Amino acid sequence: MDLRLLLVGLLLGWAAQAPAQQISIGLGGDVTSIDPHYHNLTPNNNVADHIFGTLVHKDEKQRPLPGLAESWRPIDDLTWEFKIRKGVKFHDGSDLSAEDVAFSIDRTGKVPSSPAPFTIYTKQVTEAIVVDPHTLRLKSAAPYPNMVIDISTVQIVSKKAAGAASTDDFNSGKAAIGAGPYKLARYVRGDRIELVRNDAYWGPKPHWERVTFRLLTNDPARVAALLAGDVQAIENIPTADMARLAKNPGFGIFRTVSNRVIYLHIDSNRDKSPFVTDKAGKALERNPLKDVRVRRAMSKAINRQAIVDRVMEGLAIPAGQLLPDGMYGVSPRVKADAFDVDAAKKLLAEAGYPDGFGLTIHTPNNRYVNDEQIAQAVAQMLTRAGIQTKVEAMPANIFFSRGSKLDFSFMLVGWGADTGEVSSPLKSLLATYSKEKGMGAANRGRYSNPKMDQILEQALATVDDGKRELLLQQAVDVAMADVGVIPTHFQVNTWAARKGIGYTARTDERTHAHAFVPVKP
Amino acid sequence: MGAYIIRRLAASVVLLFVMSLLVFVGVYAIGNPVDLLISPEADQKEIARVVAALGLDKPLWEQYLIFLKQALAGDLGRSFAFNTPAIELILQRMPATMELALAAMAIAIVLGIPLGLYAGLKPDSVLAKAIMAGSILGFSLPTFWVGLMLIMLFAVQLGWLPASGRGATTELFGVQWSLFTLDGWRHLFMPALNLALFKLSLLIRLTRAGTREAILQDYVKFARAKGLRMRRVIGLHVLKNIMIPIVTVIGLEFGSVVAFSIVTETIFAWPGMGKLLIDSINVLDRPVVVAYLLVIVALFVFINLLVDVLYSALDPRVRVTGAPA
Repeated sequence: MDLRLLLVGLLLGWAAQAPAQQISIGLGGDVTSIDPHYHNLTPNNNVADHIFGTLVHKDEKQRPLPGLAESWRPIDDLTWEFKIRKGVKFHDGSDLSAEDVAFSIDRTGKVPSSPAPFTIYTKQVTEAIVVDPHTLRLKSAAPYPNMVIDISTVQIVSKKAAGAASTDDFNSGKAAIGAGPYKLARYVRGDRIELVRNDAYWGPKPHWERVTFRLLTNDPARVAALLAGDVQAIENIPTADMARLAKNPGFGIFRTVSNRVIYLHIDSNRDKSPFVTDKAGKALERNPLKDVRVRRAMSKAINRQAIVDRVMEGLAIPAGQLLPDGMYGVSPRVKADAFDVDAAKKLLAEAGYPDGFGLTIHTPNNRYVNDEQIAQAVAQMLTRAGIQTKVEAMPANIFFSRGSKLDFSFMLVGWGADTGEVSSPLKSLLATYSKEKGMGAANRGRYSNPKMDQILEQALATVDDGKRELLLQQAVDVAMADVGVIPTHFQVNTWAARKGIGYTARTDERTHAHAFVPVKP
Repeated sequence: MGAYIIRRLAASVVLLFVMSLLVFVGVYAIGNPVDLLISPEADQKEIARVVAALGLDKPLWEQYLIFLKQALAGDLGRSFAFNTPAIELILQRMPATMELALAAMAIAIVLGIPLGLYAGLKPDSVLAKAIMAGSILGFSLPTFWVGLMLIMLFAVQLGWLPASGRGATTELFGVQWSLFTLDGWRHLFMPALNLALFKLSLLIRLTRAGTREAILQDYVKFARAKGLRMRRVIGLHVLKNIMIPIVTVIGLEFGSVVAFSIVTETIFAWPGMGKLLIDSINVLDRPVVVAYLLVIVALFVFINLLVDVLYSALDPRVRVTGAPA
């Protein structure tokens, strides 16, 4: 009896002494829902990574890793088999089985009024066959090499908890039952998300017992919260504050190149383009942007290093293609055009525009890091080479609608390859626009080269990883030789944390609480 | 009085209708929310499917009629971005904004009227001049700059107050309030002060001008000749007479603080309605924008009505009657 009391006393004393391991992290984007299948949006997916988890995880460079699936392999050209990890428990204590996975894949198409459904990643799955509780086969109508990458975006929910659940049930926490490293404690819309550690997690035990994500979408507010000690870490350091934070010995900075490329889309297929004029402002009869020499001249006229150094304050990397080196499908043969005004002028003269012409660049002013300033810089550089360029900036809500209606001749846009490989931008930005094939949906310049389309389609049907990569690289070569778009730079993802906390910077802009770890100062 | 209020309310129904039409058409003209909400990787079929699911493929007039029909049944639609009834989103955020607005107005009134009165009574004193100079600063410094300076001083340099966010809340009447906890006040103080600064300056100047004018009036001279104490002359006669413009301005300013404290809410990451409105406009979340502005119109109608009723209490010459004005 006495011994037991002593034991309880000791335990209590120990509990009082051990500081609760808590961390508050300031996020830069708003989380619109806890329902992991409702809105395909990076901040939402990031929170879902904590609560739910996917069959295939991705490391910090977006390379696939075993997640809730231990292994996977193609059985034949039309079937992939996933071995579901054994002994995984949901937050409510029930076991994960292949049924839950099949249910989750099916649910992506059944969330009412989802503004951004995950069906873009699951529509090619024609059938999910539960072979046994730990084996799942996914069938497709055509060879589907990207199955593993696409399925890595689908969060696995519990069939029992989410069976008839609505998005509201997830937001309230009732249906937010996953197998992730953290459980949802509270979601206050527009304010914060509170998580507690899932001690039954199958993977490495996360360090923090309690995690609070604060939604600090305003840049100065997020930095101030870090400086004031309200939060211990933030994502997305504003470029203007970077130098000051880097000098402050109280904080550590973590950065890596992003999967997001900033590029210039060119109206390269129409005979007349709305914002191409002569130097007096009169509309031109033929569209000079159709000529590859003009597009090459524009690319050469842009001083990428100056944009990186001056506008982005060093937080970017000059880009010559759609993804940074080291990612799947990047062509070793394509380099960024060197800055050369004379060569640009020569090319323009060859194309029949020795005096240049007039152009307007359209840009969003609240979407990408320093978007409007980049457009200003590009306009000045082009003007120097003879193409008199005006800048028209507008909020993203106007910009994208007008861009999709083909209102522009030349525009600044960004593309983040969520899948981490190059078929994503090739398919959406550079493939010939086709409703039937579902290609080129974001090809707002309507670039088109049948040769590129053919190589890409071949790649998308090649299951062998090595062969597919070679084909993708060829497709990149063709598109970049045509200057289908002009990439300017890759953004750099940044995080800052109090001294003593370390982070593994990720290309996919995600902020994982379990990747923050205490380090020796 | 009753007939007067009913007529005012009837006029406000027309106002709400016109407002809804304007906002509906306005948001439609800006662009297509699906372009902003959908994942960029979606293909054309996927985009068309989402557009149809949100009812955006129908012609504008049909969309508006559907909205109107639902609105008459008390349903202002579901947010495109959150899939939650728009009105619920707004009401969830309202307490945070309300307490911020109340605290800001309280600071403005408690400080503004006495300071303005002092400056009006002793216009030549050094303190009065300092108050007036200060009020010019309060007018002219931009809110976002003052807010950032407050954060730098109190949160970053001194470390006395948290930089942003809302503090611990307690439930009262089924609503979460942070007015009843110390932590809540620590979080509330800076944004409320920031928001109050402009109103404070406005009230100081209004009160001072009113006092300067009133103090020369015959009734003040008469009261003093009658031998009334200065305190009573000012506290009752002067104050009551200068109150009418002040009450009007307080009413209108309160409405605008509730509706448009967007800058302060953004800088202090205050989870209020203003931030919701901006976020909703950014993604063209039409149901929320429409519902928000309808709520605000209703609020202004109510406040104006309240101000009119207060007038008649303050000035016996003003009568709120059913007869046409």
